Amino acid sequence: MSDYRISHTAALEAEAIFIFREVAATCQRPVLLFSGGKDSIVMLHLAQKAFAPAPVPFPVMHVDTGQNFAEVIDYRDRRVAETGVQLIVASVQDAIDRGMVTEPPDGTRNRIQTPVLLEAAEKYQFDALFGGARRDEEKARAKERVFSFRDDFGQWDPKNQRPELWNLYNGRVHPGEQIRVFPLSNWTELDVWRYIGTEAIPLPEVYFASEREVVDRGGMLYAVNEFVQVRDGEEVFKETVRYRTVGDANLTAGVRSGATTIEEIIAEVESSRITERGATRGDDKTSEAAMEDRKREGYF
Amino acid sequence: MTDTLTSREDTHELLRFATAGSVDDGKSTLIGRLLFDSKSLFDDQWDAVEAVSAGRGDEYTDLALLTDGLRSEREQGITIDVAYRYFATPERKFIIADTPGHIQYTRNMVTGASTADLALILVDARKGLVEQSRRHAFLCSLLRVPHMVLCVNKMDLVDYDEAVFKRIENEFKAFATKLEVPDLTVVPISALKGDNVVHRSEHMPWFQGPSLLHHLEKVHIASDRNLVDVRFPVQHVIRPHSSDNHDYRGYAGQIASGVMKPGDEVMVLPSGFTSRIASIETADGPLDEAFPPLSVTVRLEDELDVSRGDMLCRPGNQPRVSQDIEAMVCWMDEARPLRLRGKYAIKHTTSDARAVVKDVQYQLDVNTLHRDESANELKLNEIGRVTLRTTKPLLCDDYRRNRATGGFIIIDESDNRTVGAGIIV
Repeated sequence: MSDYRISHTAALEAEAIFIFREVAATCQRPVLLFSGGKDSIVMLHLAQKAFAPAPVPFPVMHVDTGQNFAEVIDYRDRRVAETGVQLIVASVQDAIDRGMVTEPPDGTRNRIQTPVLLEAAEKYQFDALFGGARRDEEKARAKERVFSFRDDFGQWDPKNQRPELWNLYNGRVHPGEQIRVFPLSNWTELDVWRYIGTEAIPLPEVYFASEREVVDRGGMLYAVNEFVQVRDGEEVFKETVRYRTVGDANLTAGVRSGATTIEEIIAEVESSRITERGATRGDDKTSEAAMEDRKREGYF
Repeated sequence: MTDTLTSREDTHELLRFATAGSVDDGKSTLIGRLLFDSKSLFDDQWDAVEAVSAGRGDEYTDLALLTDGLRSEREQGITIDVAYRYFATPERKFIIADTPGHIQYTRNMVTGASTADLALILVDARKGLVEQSRRHAFLCSLLRVPHMVLCVNKMDLVDYDEAVFKRIENEFKAFATKLEVPDLTVVPISALKGDNVVHRSEHMPWFQGPSLLHHLEKVHIASDRNLVDVRFPVQHVIRPHSSDNHDYRGYAGQIASGVMKPGDEVMVLPSGFTSRIASIETADGPLDEAFPPLSVTVRLEDELDVSRGDMLCRPGNQPRVSQDIEAMVCWMDEARPLRLRGKYAIKHTTSDARAVVKDVQYQLDVNTLHRDESANELKLNEIGRVTLRTTKPLLCDDYRRNRATGGFIIIDESDNRTVGAGIIV
């Protein structure tokens, strides 16, 4: 340790740990949004490191659309049991049954997650919600603060964000308002994969390549499962795919890949020419500003 | 994760840089080229930009669309807010804080510069230095960005003429001597044609310096951190309350400056009690020494009353402990100006306090550096020298010596908005 330099991954880790601790020390009721996706998995890992040897001092919450990959739910429950952290499930199905939200005709539940999330935040009086969003994912996210203020309605106002200087984060809110906190803001997809590799963090199986029955929809490969039914005229074929992101099973496409280890995935990500959301997410394709619009409404 | 650079497979060092300049200066083109040439621009991003550009009837693909992420920015064709961009080369990983150049976005420029290791200022070779270039240089020097690069862009439009470059270089250097600019590099480039951006230009054999990217990869930043003054703002107290760790009490925080080692004598401020460092811990095990920007947990040999907002330092090297604060303040609020006798909340390191404005000494014209001593308020984007009285002592250093303990933010308590940034002088 002679030259007092650290790698950029270590610098990103130190920054994320600082952010977790800052929230725990200054906010009343934080919660970590945990979907079982790789970014939220890294978040939970970082939260454990930030407070060790004490346990993670806040619960985790999953906004469950009921359309998840089964492997991901299994992983979620396993991980929660290992860490001893409290899991809160906000169920979209339950909200549909209660008439709180209406399922769109196309069956996609991405957009109706938002009122369910906001309802749960209000019920549990969460004032700080950790999310795994990264600025490299999407161009509206590239503009978002690490501590991102949401008003009484959970709305993001991109033109009226709090200035964020040095590492002096402003987490002050009035009752009913929230801060969304993004400790991975400065990480890229490659940083996340490399970190998963160096820290040897286990992942759900869907992230690794395996042969699945798929259909091709507009150049994207969707695995056939209970949420993706074969439509008339669609051809089902076998393809070896893995998932670069994990959202709802009916909205997330796989990418052709033979990568069965973290090292192989890193090699693929390094040479990829397409962003992870562009390659895999039907929910972002709606319009140029699809993500900005959803974020304004209170999306993750 | 706290191994040193050399012992890790992943040897990238992190460089944060802020870009300043307007679309007219070719900033977006330059960023687009850095992303493109380092293969950090993806095909679907490029396709999306191309499609929007073609749909609007642009003559060429407008790279500004890559960085202008918000709907209103694309509609108005202007950059409103700081956008963060990422790229990596085999040498380093880069975080770009892309800041809008116009005067009405001074606060965004200040925000982007607050964490930057390096500032990149663009000028158009045909126009030379303009008011905006001087303002950017001044703000970067105020925020103590350790390295500055002036890119004289659009050299292709002045026939790669050395005399044009020299004139601008000399003029800028003359201006910079009035500021505090520790390290200045000037590079003639053409972002559009790629001259001296990634590769050295064949068109400018008279220029002996490195290409811009080469400079970004090689500029020595390890010495920018303050490794002399030990400052450890306590962020959070870790007490597990479990049978395994019954008596555990650790002070969590990120090292602001200095190098800490187990056995070092330390003083806790503001109480003034002293103890020794028993251990420096991380989730990956104890460390022999710790330095910025590591996040660690420090345990002391003695049971002392230490809480968030306190600071560990060495007994022979202490920060100032003061309730009377002299600062340069950049005001960031549209709704209300900073007013004499106004009361605000402030956040400084991990400490919260309240403050009253005792005096507005002058407002500074960021273009001419003229001081207006008749001012008694600061409006949006104005910068001035202010005297504050705080409700409790701040444990601070001059910003010039220590960016981490010399900066603070000002918060309006009525709506909790961040309304100003302060630099202790």
